[in-house]
Amino acid sequence: MLASLRNLGQYGIDLLTVLGRAGSIWWLAIWRRPRLANAPLVIRQIYQLGVLSVVITVLSGFSIGAVLALQGYNQLVKYGSESALGLGVALVLVMEIGPVVSGLLFAGRAGSAVTAEIGLMKATEQLSSMEMIGVDPLQRIVAPRLWAGFISMPILALMFSVVGIWGSSLVGVNWLGVYEGAFWSAMQEGVDFRSHVLKGIIKSVVFGLVVTWIAVYQGYEATPTSEGIATATTRTVVYSSVAVLVLDFFLTLVMFNF
Amino acid sequence: MQMRTIEIVVGAFMLAGLISLAVLAVRVSGFNVGAETNTYSVYAKFENIGGLVVRSKVSIAGVVVGQVADIDLDQKTFTALVRLEINGDINQISTDSNAAILTEGLLGGKFIGLTVGAEDQYLRDGSYISDTQSAIVLEDMIGKFLMKQF
Repeated sequence: MLASLRNLGQYGIDLLTVLGRAGSIWWLAIWRRPRLANAPLVIRQIYQLGVLSVVITVLSGFSIGAVLALQGYNQLVKYGSESALGLGVALVLVMEIGPVVSGLLFAGRAGSAVTAEIGLMKATEQLSSMEMIGVDPLQRIVAPRLWAGFISMPILALMFSVVGIWGSSLVGVNWLGVYEGAFWSAMQEGVDFRSHVLKGIIKSVVFGLVVTWIAVYQGYEATPTSEGIATATTRTVVYSSVAVLVLDFFLTLVMFNF
Repeated sequence: MQMRTIEIVVGAFMLAGLISLAVLAVRVSGFNVGAETNTYSVYAKFENIGGLVVRSKVSIAGVVVGQVADIDLDQKTFTALVRLEINGDINQISTDSNAAILTEGLLGGKFIGLTVGAEDQYLRDGSYISDTQSAIVLEDMIGKFLMKQF
């Protein structure tokens, strides 16, 4: 009884430590002094995290848009309202699926890479050597990655939505024969920039922040063995996927006035 | 890879993001800047607005000329007070015009259709449309129909 109580207390303290360390990494890396001299590092990381994720994002966006059009058409045509197909697909993509699925892909494609890279740097003691020669690894290694995730994620989500809508128009209009004018005009009338598109962008910014934050923290705190890095990489993907999905629920709850 | 190449590719990536944003704004959400500046408000009271919502269309002869800006309950008469925002260039709607709440298609959304009257005076900012026609509520209609049967 006493032992389990002690374990519970230990668990709570550990959790607080994790939060504190993650918070201090965040604080030290980004808010202390963002330096313009680090811009080339950020650009390199945007390339690594963002540009290299474009192909997978665009491909998934296209197939999800196409599949939404197929399934949506099958249901809507029963009520003779297949002209609402464009509206439905656009709303779903812009508000939910665009940010969420690209966030999940980003966690799998970019987050795991960040964790593995930083974890290996730690295991090979590159991080401690940097500290030795007076370079702050938080500034040099962690900060550019956090910024890059923060910048890349909304761009990827936007691309996902646009390609998805394009895919759905290809399937819906060119293949299933929904009237093109109705497809686009229902979409333009029903989708509002401020109350739908902007909120989707806010979501994707938050996801980008959280996913890279988890990835960086897991890498930075990984046990410096090959097994530790493997565990850390797995944790990154699991934690950030769950974080994206749970946060999506709460962001939707807060932003869409339920 | 060369730093310069990376910079160019990242630039293209950013540009793609901006283009996506523009596509979402213009093509998908039909975002138009500053269209709301040049409008005037007209009020109309309805006994029942059915499913009319803020941002519903206001149309004359099927052409969209404005939107519903506000819906309130008049506490004295317990009727719905609807504020319509009409585009500034549509400024010759006579004061005896009729405002009716209509339905798009069979199950579509509600909108307000204006039928222009013959009066020489025109609606201005703050004027009231007195001739209004409430939404047709399906249940009421079915009720009346049944009453006639028996």
